[in-house]
Amino acid sequence: MTVFVIRRLLQAALVVLIMSLLVFGGVFLVGDPVEMLVADDADQAEREMMIKSMGLDLPFYLQYLRFIGNALQGDMGNSFVFQESAMHLIAERMPATFELAFAALFIAVVLGIPLGIYAGLNANSWISKTIMTSSILGFSLPTFWVGIMMILFFAVIMGWLPSSGRGDTVNVFGIPISLLTLDGLSHMLLPAVNLALFKLSMVIRLARAGTREVVHQDYIKFARAKGLSDTRIIGVHLFKNIMIPVVTVLGLEFGGLVAFSVVTETVFAWPGMGKLLIDSINFLDRPVIVAYLMFVVVLFVCINLIVDVLYSVLDPRVRLQEMKS
Amino acid sequence: MKALRKLGLAAVALSAMTANVMAADIVIGIRSEPSSMDPYFHNLTPNNGMIGHVFTRLVGFDEQQQLFPSIAESWKTINDTTWEIKLRKGLKFHDGSDLTVDDVIYSFERADGYEGGNSSFRTYTKGKKLVKVDDHTLHIVTEKPYPLMPNDLTTVMIMSADAKGTDSSGKNKGISAKDFNDGTATIGSGPYKFVEWKKGEQLVLEKFDGYVGPIAQPWDKVTFKFIKSEPARVAALLAGDVDAIDNVPTIDVERLKKDPRVTLSSGISNRVIYLHMDQFREDSPFVTGKDGSKIKNPLLDPRVRKALSKMINRKAIVKRVMEDVAIPAGQLLPEGFFGVSPNLKVEEYDPAGAKKLLAEAGYPDGFALTVHGPNDRYINDAKILEAIGQLFTGNGIPTKVVTMTKNVFFKRASSGAEGLPEFSLVLVGWGSGTGEASSPLKSLLATHDKSKGMGASNRGRHANPKMDQMLLEALATVDDAKRGELLAKATDIGIGEDQGIIPLHYQVNTWATKKGLKYIPRTDERTLATDYVME
Repeated sequence: MTVFVIRRLLQAALVVLIMSLLVFGGVFLVGDPVEMLVADDADQAEREMMIKSMGLDLPFYLQYLRFIGNALQGDMGNSFVFQESAMHLIAERMPATFELAFAALFIAVVLGIPLGIYAGLNANSWISKTIMTSSILGFSLPTFWVGIMMILFFAVIMGWLPSSGRGDTVNVFGIPISLLTLDGLSHMLLPAVNLALFKLSMVIRLARAGTREVVHQDYIKFARAKGLSDTRIIGVHLFKNIMIPVVTVLGLEFGGLVAFSVVTETVFAWPGMGKLLIDSINFLDRPVIVAYLMFVVVLFVCINLIVDVLYSVLDPRVRLQEMKS
Repeated sequence: MKALRKLGLAAVALSAMTANVMAADIVIGIRSEPSSMDPYFHNLTPNNGMIGHVFTRLVGFDEQQQLFPSIAESWKTINDTTWEIKLRKGLKFHDGSDLTVDDVIYSFERADGYEGGNSSFRTYTKGKKLVKVDDHTLHIVTEKPYPLMPNDLTTVMIMSADAKGTDSSGKNKGISAKDFNDGTATIGSGPYKFVEWKKGEQLVLEKFDGYVGPIAQPWDKVTFKFIKSEPARVAALLAGDVDAIDNVPTIDVERLKKDPRVTLSSGISNRVIYLHMDQFREDSPFVTGKDGSKIKNPLLDPRVRKALSKMINRKAIVKRVMEDVAIPAGQLLPEGFFGVSPNLKVEEYDPAGAKKLLAEAGYPDGFALTVHGPNDRYINDAKILEAIGQLFTGNGIPTKVVTMTKNVFFKRASSGAEGLPEFSLVLVGWGSGTGEASSPLKSLLATHDKSKGMGASNRGRHANPKMDQMLLEALATVDDAKRGELLAKATDIGIGEDQGIIPLHYQVNTWATKKGLKYIPRTDERTLATDYVME
């Protein structure tokens, strides 16, 4: 087990290093941040001074080495736009995004699993058909369009919910949380649902497919023969077994929710990390883009690592295979 | 929240009461967020607008970019190279201390010596020596006569010399941008006090009761919400989440005009959209013969440039592409601005005249062209360029149109080809920060010269010594009438004779407010809480 984890960690470190080169190199190739930031009427001397102060006068490999050197000491550089630490800027926005991602995940699971199980058990009823057809819409409608339509209906026409922004927050251990206030919740509902739609559809499909498969297994038949109640069969024996694929996929998808809720955050002016990323790309704020992408890389690597470890704990076959190779 | 308020009479009564109190608060949804609260960090429209509520300048710009006395009560020249500024008495900073000449000198020192930041105010502070006469009298001495002094004084905001920061390195007087962003050093003398700035979310300001200057204070509390997405901003207004928005997309203007809940206020801006043409290379990379063969750059000939200008149907572009939310342009600044030429009219659409000029210049059969522009910088920029491409093609210049995102475009347009402009013909825009004609003349049409700081954005490298001479003379002429004339003449040469650039139209900006409120449109494109008035 330890060998397995150590080997995985080394692989992860290598991935992070390669990604840093790719990300830094990619960002380096695009445009000129000075052109984006400098005042229109600045003269040539002023422009040169800016290039120097941002360290853009150095050749690529020197810029990269400097970045790696600082990164190893935990410093991802200062934002060009705000001239504050890039990591600090990201950390500032993190609670808003995590909160939204958790809310979306919650909606997806709480609605998706019962609907999926129902559709799996009663495959031919018209309700199931409606559920499955709607889930296709959840997959195929573009997030930004759905977001705008939701704003149009719930905020503009009906006036039930606020159209954008984050509501009142309460500080919990110094972290601003809007889940705990009514105003905060009302602001969060639309973007959370918007973000959840895709995952919801996926959970429905996974749960349905799982149910269809599991329901014909011998142990379910045996449970029925034993005379167990439907609630117990579905709630315990079926539920447990369909959860394995759902949990695996959701675990991996959670990283995506956190890292790339860009569209939803932009449409709803939600002050999270995704909006920061888009703004930074617009301004070519290279340190923030790089720091953000590195953060995402590390996040994904960690999630994958955890999933791998859990897998080998849950399923001895994986562990045995790893040992042989 | 609205639904909840509707519960029960008591709630209705309560909301009516709060509505009365709320009348003095305003929430404004704006597109662009400032990059800092430090007044000298970044010379950028959103910064200058937002921070300007907290810190004021010696001289102010009204909505037409005309000067008005702000911190300075009066200004005059006492000899060719010395300006005397008298400060308004009784002005206080938000911490209660008095504003004196010492604060002004301190502010100019910090602005002039600013390290880091994204484009400083040095353009406006260099060559000026500030001398204290008494607490409320200041002399500014320059080497040469400097007529643009009052205009320059509209840029640098005045901070308190007593402000304390946390930067131990002593850089920028020991006050870092961060100290302004969290409010530690954000102590100005303006009509509004800084409350908080949540990045990506909102900026909150509060009325300063001790303010005695000329700027109106119509609100007790001002909240700017940053809503970048266009449809979301419009929706926020229609949903009543904000009282006003800026940068209404042209596509929504028609519809909002008919909406009884909304008032639109629009006004011409100081921003001209124009074409810049390669005027410095014999062999221009994106001009070829019709068969793709290499030819000598025809854009070097002013007659060809004039012919291109005649091929553009400005009225049609304004009507069809801009939905009538723009004004056709004949020069660098709209009528009414200082230094515009009375001789330059909007070029008429004249295909026959264009053909004749092309033949005269030796290109009766035309040539092929690729034009470039951004697709996310100016209002409808890509669509404008496509329309121009079609007009050129229809008039015998087969044209390919390439548009790209601004953060790629500007780098290539300025220095893509080994430090030189990469394209042959580009669409760009220019807003005059000083509110008069010398700013665009100096940056766009003056000969590109690094040592003199001229022609910094001259991406076509237009060069005419006669025009340069006239511009330099204007920049040293204190007499307003004479200077205006010289600037107009320089414009006559740069655009009238040389067609150094092809002006297309002036942007018109639109603000929307809920009924009962309106905005006084500003030519400098700023969105200021102090310019909202009751209808």
